[in-house]
Formats: sequence, C-alpha cells, structure tokens
Amino acid sequence: MQVTMTVNGKSYTRDVEPRLLLVDFIRSELALTGTNIGCDTSQCGACTIHLNGKAVKSCTVFAVQAAGAELTTIEGLAGTGLHPMQQAFWDKHGLQCGYCTPGMIMTAVKLVERHGGTLSEEEIRHGLAGNLCRCTGYQNIVKAVQQAATEMGGGD
Amino acid sequence: MYPAKFDYYQATSVDEVLSLLQQHGEDAKILAGGHSLIPMMKLRLASPAVLVDIGQVADLRGFSTVADGSLRIGAMTTYHEIADANTGLDALTEVCSIMGDLQVRNRGTIGGNLSHNDPAADLPAVALALDAQLEIRGPSGERLAPMEEFIVGLMETALAPGDLVVAVRFPPSGPASGSAYEKFENPASGYAICGVAAWVRRDGTGRIESCRVALTGAADYAQRLRPVEEAMMGQQAGSEGIDAAAAKAGEGLQFLSDIHADDVYRAHLTHVLTRRVLQKAIERAQ
Repeated sequence: MQVTMTVNGKSYTRDVEPRLLLVDFIRSELALTGTNIGCDTSQCGACTIHLNGKAVKSCTVFAVQAAGAELTTIEGLAGTGLHPMQQAFWDKHGLQCGYCTPGMIMTAVKLVERHGGTLSEEEIRHGLAGNLCRCTGYQNIVKAVQQAATEMGGGD
Repeated sequence: MYPAKFDYYQATSVDEVLSLLQQHGEDAKILAGGHSLIPMMKLRLASPAVLVDIGQVADLRGFSTVADGSLRIGAMTTYHEIADANTGLDALTEVCSIMGDLQVRNRGTIGGNLSHNDPAADLPAVALALDAQLEIRGPSGERLAPMEEFIVGLMETALAPGDLVVAVRFPPSGPASGSAYEKFENPASGYAICGVAAWVRRDGTGRIESCRVALTGAADYAQRLRPVEEAMMGQQAGSEGIDAAAAKAGEGLQFLSDIHADDVYRAHLTHVLTRRVLQKAIERAQ
C-alpha cells in the first residue's frame, strides 16, 4: 500500500508491504542509513528516531503506521552546524564504536527538551534506560548529555 | 526479523474498528501501541492475518471526567501522556513514569497494556489497586467491567471476540487517601519479577479505614491480596501491624517459579514490597 511521510522536512511516497518496519523503510527505501538496527527486539534503542516529535524505536513500528507523520532521523538533526547534542558527544567523547550513538542522541535530545537544563544525572540515566551501549561507555554519554542540557536549557 | 504477511486496515472511528472486527472474526487482531504485539509477530509467536490499527482513532485518546466523578482515560492514551497529566492518582503517575523505557512510554497505551494482560506487566496491579473499570464496546453493545472481573487468567481477559476496550475509568482517590507502586524488576527486560500496588484511605484519627493491595509478576496473573487488605483495617502509620499484614501477602497464592526467580524468592519479594508500598501509600495519605 502507498504511504507518504515527511522525513527531515522532505516528503516521500513509497509503495510498501504492510509488514515493512519503519526502520527498514528509512534505511532501505530512503537510503538514510544513520539510523541503526541493533537488537531488532525493541530493547537497544539504536533505531530511535523522532515520530511526530516523540522518540520511538523504529524497529517496533510498521511504516504504514507512520503514514502522514513527520519524522526526524539523525541526518535531520543538525542545522548549519552540529546540533548541541552532537557537539557534546564529540566534546565529551560520548562514544567508542559509535553504533548506539545515533539512537542515544535522538533519545537524549527529547530527554533534554522534556526536562530542560536542570536535568539530574539520575534523570539522564533513567531517561537513557532504553538505549544500550555495548562498549559500556555510559560515563561519557552521561557527561555529554549534561553538557548539552546546559547549552540547550529550556524545558517544560 | 519479519512478521508473517497480514492485511492492514487503519480505522478512524470506533464504529469502523468494531465493523472490521466483525468482518474478519478471529483472523483479526487490534494494533494499539504495538509494543507487545509487534515483537510477538516478529518472533512469529503471533501471526494474525489481519491487523486493525486503532492509532488514528481520535476518540480513543485523552482524558475526561464522567458523571460519577471518575477520571476517564481513552484506551489509546500513552503512558507518557498519563504520567504528564496530573491525574491526582499517585500510583498511576508513578507506574506510567517507570514502565518500559522512554521510547516505549511514547508508544505503549493503557488500553493495549490491560487488554494484553501480561502476567509481568506493571499496570494491571495499579489498575486493580485503584479500582479501575474498563469501558468495553463490542457486538453486544457497551459495558463496564471492573478490573478484577476483566482479568480472567494468564494472558486471558473477559474480552469476547469483536470487543474493544475504549477507555479505562478510575474513581477519584478521595481525601486522606494515597497510593503507590513498588517493583523488583528483571534488570534486562524491566518486567516485574514482583510488583505490588496499594491504595489506602485513613479516617479522622489516621487509622486505615479502606485499603486495596494488588500483586503482579509473581503469580499467573495480577490479583488483589485480600488477606493483606483485611489485616490492614484499623492500622496506624508506623505500627508493627503493617508488617504483620504484609506477611499475609502469600496466603492462598501459588507463586511462579522460573529462571528469573523461584517461588520462595518471589514469596519473599512479595512480603517485602507489600510492606514498602503500604508505608509509601500511607505517607501519601495525608
């Protein structure tokens, strides 16, 4: 069936099987391979994207469910320069192999938007519980999110 | 991993959902947030021939107050939306803030969770302790099912073929009342190895005059702990009677035994968490 959705500000229409997962739609149909498939069982969060402004695991959504939706993937996060969250991961060395990084960043952006600059370490760790880093480099990831939270400020 | 092929229908109204369910009978499965169903389909533990997606049914979302003062939450309202809604029901806010993870809380829905009735899910215990009622629509019309009647057994509910949970109603907690949820979770999956929810109301002297306690994760299905509730009557905050009441948590129960925890350990957890959750609920009942 035919689906149309807006990804990173651009509208795409494709004919898909209902069982096509959103993550495969993004990677295979749109060739946006920044979004990774990790566990494929909704545990690891490597496939996290923003669906209508909410962080979701795109391995556990069918593409047809996202018909008419607005999506942002890691490729759509940066403006003219890196997004403050991307810059913070760079500055604090919040990655080792880098596989979990796109998902970490997409989740962390929404976490900071929700809590603002006052985000505590505990809130960061609780908020990132759905994103697994198998290099276990969580220490620097938390530091990166703290830095970005300070820069992004705001919140509800 | 890919599910078996299925036909997909995106409904836009409750009537359309019901007619699609009628039309396709037992081949059809309702797709709500999909965070239990889609993983099951990917593992081929479920292979429905037809999926009826209710994600676009606007009537199934949001909050309202019904005539008896109960809070009515649409079945497709997500955990995050409930956690943020300031419902005045502490245990509900608490459970909707800790279930799954941030991404799951953006997709998981109250109606989907309760309809699925996973024995290790958190929400059924809270819905039992808060005396929730499910608003169901189906071929035989509309009805209200108290949570305790809705849960029939292991992953089994009172839903008949063609039925849809359209909303969940919570009676107001009332003055001098409080509620809480405590769990011990599997560190990998986050599912409850044991979870206990409690609601208490205190009288003018501070004694417990009404109480509901419910267990999840530790037995075949979520259920009320009536021996505890009865033993709590008349107890004062901080009294030794609370531990004695919590010690009754295992009475008449057959605890689960699996690779995550054996029955002896689950019985112990149930006692400890019942005591903690009661203390927390009492502190909140000011």
